Amino acid sequence: MKIDARGKQCPLPVIETKKALESAVPGEVIEVLVDNEIAVQNLSKMANHKGLESSFVKLAEREYQVCIKAAKAEDTASHVKAEKKEEEKTEGGTAQDLEKAEGSEETACYPDARKKGLVVVISSGEMGNGDDALGKLLMKGFLFALTQQDALPQTILFYNGGAKWTCEGSDALEDLKSMEAQGVEILTCGTCLNHYGLGDKLAVGGVTNMYEIAEKMTSAKLIVKP
Amino acid sequence: MKEEIVFCKGGGCTAKLGPGALQRVLEKIPKTYDPNLLIGYDSSDDAAVYRLTDELAIVQTLDFFPPMVEDPYTFGQIAAANALSDIYAMGGDVKTALNIVCFPEAMDLNVLGQILLGGSEKVREAGGVLAGGHSIADDSVKYGLSVTGTIHPDKVFANTGCEEGDALILTKPLGVGIVCTASRVGEASEPAMNLAVRSMSTLNKYASEIVRKYRTHGCTDVTGFGFLVHLCEMLGERYSAEIWKDKIPFIPECEEYVEEFYLTAAGQRNRNHVQDKVEFQNCSFAMEEILYDAQTSGGLLVSMDAEDARTAIAEIEALGLPCAIVGRVTARGEKTVVVK
Repeated sequence: MKIDARGKQCPLPVIETKKALESAVPGEVIEVLVDNEIAVQNLSKMANHKGLESSFVKLAEREYQVCIKAAKAEDTASHVKAEKKEEEKTEGGTAQDLEKAEGSEETACYPDARKKGLVVVISSGEMGNGDDALGKLLMKGFLFALTQQDALPQTILFYNGGAKWTCEGSDALEDLKSMEAQGVEILTCGTCLNHYGLGDKLAVGGVTNMYEIAEKMTSAKLIVKP
Repeated sequence: MKEEIVFCKGGGCTAKLGPGALQRVLEKIPKTYDPNLLIGYDSSDDAAVYRLTDELAIVQTLDFFPPMVEDPYTFGQIAAANALSDIYAMGGDVKTALNIVCFPEAMDLNVLGQILLGGSEKVREAGGVLAGGHSIADDSVKYGLSVTGTIHPDKVFANTGCEEGDALILTKPLGVGIVCTASRVGEASEPAMNLAVRSMSTLNKYASEIVRKYRTHGCTDVTGFGFLVHLCEMLGERYSAEIWKDKIPFIPECEEYVEEFYLTAAGQRNRNHVQDKVEFQNCSFAMEEILYDAQTSGGLLVSMDAEDARTAIAEIEALGLPCAIVGRVTARGEKTVVVK
């Protein structure tokens, strides 16, 4: 089932989705379109609290698609009424966590070319050691080549010299924006942005901290560091 | 759904800009230094305080927002109580108020009349005088006040003045944002909405006058940023606090409404803003949401000498709204707030 909740203020997207979930066939995926990130977070929060699988994709500026899988019939009663504490322990976390969960089934949410658990780490302005100009060119090429892969990363982390790639003036902005639009999470270290005086120059993705960087890296299935 | 619902789409303090967004903009605005400006906007305080003489300072604030209830008279009362509240959060007394009005040209002027009537009654109750105002034709209704009050420069409640060991008092119940949201989709019960309206339209004047008699170290009013963001601002980097979840006064139906997911964008923005600073220990999802819920015309959050708090709370209880000592200020820990 599809719901277009763009232009609607919270809690309407959540309430409409909740109603759709109640009347959904077990296992059915409800696709909800919303126009802001906060609505995505409120939808994910509901899915988590109900113990349902969810994922989201950023389709364009101000257009996000959230997919929530209705509970299987035998799960419905126990999930909804389940002890909150237990539920949070076993099912808790964000939509992304659910996606990462070991053995979790593919939700039928297209287009989603992301490979779960694949994290790419860009820690430098250049790729490889030797000539810096060449290294910069190689890194630009690498970021472009990433967009051409069958499987996109779930997350790309940028830190230290790598932070410049997500800021104004970077040669890879278009590639990064295209990946972001396909749901790839793009995060740049805030300390690094400040260090290089790029605090207000970030042009794609969000800002992160060392806690999150460590968490993304330790929970990754595969880390690619060019 | 009823037609009037158009009049009321996610109003009150839930219509505030997110705390994160605001901070980024404010950081870039150059600040002017004036030794008489005792409190300006760099300390995320409720109102500005400007010293005129050694004995007298003025307190200035303004607040306005879209309707969160359908009855225009009630909306006027709530918007005024909310705007006046910032003066009381500083420990000041209200003197003058100016109306701020946005109103659609095509809408019935009687509605505006009702809003202004509700507002003027609250200004009078506050002991102030309504001295004018400004109105703009706009596509949706918004109303509030610009308020000027007075205070002794040495008796200002900064919101960052708390001390280790202080008791934290909350003078009104939480959850009015959740109840108004439930009401907006026609799902709030009458008792819940009545308590919410009574709480929102109650002036913080009375609670403020009580806490002034005691050793109060810090005070703020809980509004759009919700209990936890306001508490984090109050504690700054110097202290932490433990909050006792079983003591939190809230509108009882809220737990049920959270389970129905009558959630606001404002509550989620508040969560995003301080979730890294807050640790919940065995806290239900509903209680988390209540603690993040954006309040319209919420109560005072007071950091007060723990011994004094015991007598003060009895006086505040006598005002007739759910209130409590909800926690205490502790030495700085890893998290700013631990809810247990």
